[in-house]
Amino acid sequence: MFAYIVRRLFAVIVMLLVVTLVTFGIFFAIPKFTGTDPATLYVGKQADPATIEGIRQKLGLGDPILVQFWDFVHGIFAGRDYTGGGTSDHCPAPCFGYSFRTEQAIWPELMDRLPVTLSLAGGACVLWVLGGVATGVVSALKRGSLLDRTAMTAALSGVSLPIYFTGLVSLAIFHYWLNWTDGEYVDFADDPGGWFGGLILPWVTLAFLYAAMYARLTRATMLEILGEDYIRTARAKGLREPVVIGKHAMRSTMTPILTILGMDLGALVGGAILTESTFNLPGLGAAAVKAIGDRDLPLILGVTLITSAAVIIANLVVDLLYAVIDPRVRLS
Amino acid sequence: MTTASVPEDTPGPPATKSGAVGEPVGGDATTPTAYLDVRDLRIHFPTDDGLVKSVDGLSFRLEKGRTLGIVGESGSGKSVTSLGIMGLHTVGQYGRRKARISGEIWFNGKELMSADPDEVRRMRGREMAMIFQDPLSAMHPYFTVGAQIIEAYRVHHAVDKKTARKRAVELLDRVGIPQPDRRVDDYPHQFSGGMRQRAMIAMALVNNPELLIADEPTTALDVTVQAQILDLIRDLQQEFGSAVIIITHDLGVVAELADDILVMYGGRCVERGPAEQVFHAPQHPYTWGLLGSMPRIDREQTERLIPVKGSPPSLINVPSGCAFNPRCPYADVPKGGVTRTHRPELAPVAGEEGGRHHSACHLSQEERTRIWTEEIAPKL
Amino acid sequence: MTIPEQPAPSDEVVPLLKVAGLVKHFPITKGLLRRQVGAVQAVDGLTFDVRPGETLGVVGESGCGKSTMGRLITRLLEPTAGTIEFEGKDITHLGVAGMRPIRRDVQMIFQDPYSSLNPRHTVGTIVGAPFKLQGITPEGGVKKEVQRLLGLVGLNPEHYNRYPHEFSGGQRQRIGIARALALKPKLVVADEPVSALDVSIQAQVVNLLDDLQDELGLTYVIIAHDLSVIRHVSDRIAVMYLGKVVELTDRTSLYATPMHPYTKALLSAVPVPDPGRRKRGAASGGSGGRILLKGDVPSPIAPPSGCRFHTRCWKATEVCRQQEPPLQALRTGHQVACHHPENAPA
Repeated sequence: MFAYIVRRLFAVIVMLLVVTLVTFGIFFAIPKFTGTDPATLYVGKQADPATIEGIRQKLGLGDPILVQFWDFVHGIFAGRDYTGGGTSDHCPAPCFGYSFRTEQAIWPELMDRLPVTLSLAGGACVLWVLGGVATGVVSALKRGSLLDRTAMTAALSGVSLPIYFTGLVSLAIFHYWLNWTDGEYVDFADDPGGWFGGLILPWVTLAFLYAAMYARLTRATMLEILGEDYIRTARAKGLREPVVIGKHAMRSTMTPILTILGMDLGALVGGAILTESTFNLPGLGAAAVKAIGDRDLPLILGVTLITSAAVIIANLVVDLLYAVIDPRVRLS
Repeated sequence: MTTASVPEDTPGPPATKSGAVGEPVGGDATTPTAYLDVRDLRIHFPTDDGLVKSVDGLSFRLEKGRTLGIVGESGSGKSVTSLGIMGLHTVGQYGRRKARISGEIWFNGKELMSADPDEVRRMRGREMAMIFQDPLSAMHPYFTVGAQIIEAYRVHHAVDKKTARKRAVELLDRVGIPQPDRRVDDYPHQFSGGMRQRAMIAMALVNNPELLIADEPTTALDVTVQAQILDLIRDLQQEFGSAVIIITHDLGVVAELADDILVMYGGRCVERGPAEQVFHAPQHPYTWGLLGSMPRIDREQTERLIPVKGSPPSLINVPSGCAFNPRCPYADVPKGGVTRTHRPELAPVAGEEGGRHHSACHLSQEERTRIWTEEIAPKL
Repeated sequence: MTIPEQPAPSDEVVPLLKVAGLVKHFPITKGLLRRQVGAVQAVDGLTFDVRPGETLGVVGESGCGKSTMGRLITRLLEPTAGTIEFEGKDITHLGVAGMRPIRRDVQMIFQDPYSSLNPRHTVGTIVGAPFKLQGITPEGGVKKEVQRLLGLVGLNPEHYNRYPHEFSGGQRQRIGIARALALKPKLVVADEPVSALDVSIQAQVVNLLDDLQDELGLTYVIIAHDLSVIRHVSDRIAVMYLGKVVELTDRTSLYATPMHPYTKALLSAVPVPDPGRRKRGAASGGSGGRILLKGDVPSPIAPPSGCRFHTRCWKATEVCRQQEPPLQALRTGHQVACHHPENAPA
């Protein structure tokens, strides 16, 4: 088991390096071919050639791509000094460079935004897992009933309605019309009540979408598990039905749900772009949208790396949890 | 559909078929009720294609300390019967269309069909236990073998985990698992097929049940392991003195274990009786077919096998008369005015001492005896 | 085609199939670098002949390598070592193109009639597929030939356009047989052809295989775990245990005077449909009764040293643990691999 974890961690590092290389390659090499000069992007089209040249030197944009890549990776671990054009700036580790637009360091910017995204994803996750799994289980156990059909219709609409629709409708009703919620995001440390009030609508909106998927998945899995031989064995032992469902069937039902949950959470950390935009939350997703609009290459690179890291780590956690749940994985 | 006009074939509510319609239940009414007494059991499943009559009027009885072998091919209703006795067609159906079940199941002086479901649940696993065909899929993959046995024990006994664990180890030891105190913490997939079936048997026996139902207990196993398991079941029965029902398609397995044999076809019993009688003087063309179809290891066989023509009947459109009629080589033998749509009832075979040998066939007994001794037996 | 004779003295006949030292190991890899850490020794040195017109039965418990053997001799698997000769031609390492003409002559019937037929194809397409694959147009056209084949295996030729799900298990197995026979093969390898079928249906298929052999002069290799079925269909029988043939002889000798202890135990383990036998056996104190083997078949990943059966054998001695017994003829036509054979000639 320990060797397995070590091996997996090693694989994570390799994978992150590969992702970094590819992303770096795309974002820094492609402008070369399309004729857009990153240095120009940085200082603006109106700048004089001398300034552009200075920036190019300072950012090392003239170096071969592999050298640039090495400097970038090195900067992440050891920090980096930018010297050129007569000025010198130190960017402490972990250094992801500076935004082309705001000239601010990328890492602190990302770290400012990460808690917002984590709050959004975490809170919504709790809601949708509870809601979705409960709905799915009840639907499965009451298959064909009015309750089942209502829940599954709601789930279908949940899956099909886009966030900006459900989000705007809920904003219109609860925020603007009923005035029940606050509109702004506040840090948890500053004001827990305000934090909750500002996030409750995005949570519910986001959770509705995911709960719908989870309800459908749970229902289908539960129905499949209920047909398993070992469920029949459990009943033949004389177990009460709640034990058969709650212990024997649930244990198996949770396995696929956990898999999906890990991947969903990983992806959400990369930014619930639509939700953050709809509710004007200053999270990573909003940063990604802004960065793309601004062609702010370093910021795009930073968000991409954080997202990939989140997905990869989430997958690792899921795999390890899998081993905890399923002895067949653990012992082989 | 010609079947609709036949009165015997209407599977109405229990009221429409009074006790008189059911076959004579193994002797007369004055005999004391047997340990297990199944009377006119009908289990029908509504489906989109029609009503599947998996079990359609089955009666038998079983005494403690005896083994009944229920033999039949797939779809004959033998497994459905066993789940019916355990009361497993009525729990956990969750929106599936309800099975239509009628008849009586007398077990240890109690009638189970009309009993409180929770009382039947408390009997499951404690007074009657079941062993399934495929022990890999019949055990939960995420719980240790020990945990599953302990659970089975603690449902019915208010003891702490430690005591239950001791009991589990003791049972694993009894069924021949080496190093039971270590293997108790293994998961089912760490056991070999034979070991898993042993563990399954340990789980079934943990509460000393008085009725043990084994549904194809060795079908998934290799022949040398099968021999071990059959041996174990026989030993355990002698030790515990329970009643055993063994359900199988393998006539060899039945011959090894069973005192009595019940042959099922199309959801009904076509022949039942003491094992020796059913094997050595069978009284139903289907039983002859089974015996003739089977290659024998104990005899040099130069003759061809004698297969039964055609395929098993659909349980939705069971032939209105004898279910075996379309496949029966003797369907055209005149039977004194009996028509094809007339269903033969189980009747005692005359001359058999004990009166336990029954067969449901329109052929006269003389005719059957003649066909068996002159046409079938010499070719086997 | 000549009508098959009972096997003549073995040196006279040119074997149809000649297998020597056949080995198949499936590697087990581990870790990031997929290092090979071991191998499943599914088949580990098989040598036998199949004579024209005969039925060779191959019997053994799960994991003994009998199915792998079937897939090797039909070249569905690539052997790790050894040679396979068909009609004197070495086919051990022939590629797809090289095998194409051989595929006409060697056909396979599979166990599961449910999964081995494509549910989206009609029976006509399934049975006619070999013609298409080989680029042959039979006399009178594919349809006519397929209908002839359906008739041959006892199906209604009118059912040409039906789909597999419209047939029962036994009928589906007949479809599989019709497909195998389409190209008039010389050798048919049948892997558990009847084990998925009900008893009454099983007999129909066994008889059909029998009739087809007589009619078409086929040679069969029939792989099965059921010793009763094997006894019924085979002329000669190979008993396999953990990737090796432990005994190979004609049917009569095998069942009357088995020489390998494993064969003996295997035969005694088969339940006999005779309720009297058990009681008689018990009364006579169990002599001539059942030999109960201890435990399960060991893993083919790490098979026991020496004789692979020694861990379960009641006759095992030191030599069994250390030396692997060679498969040799202890009597005419009766090969056995054992240090302490039963029923050995004095």
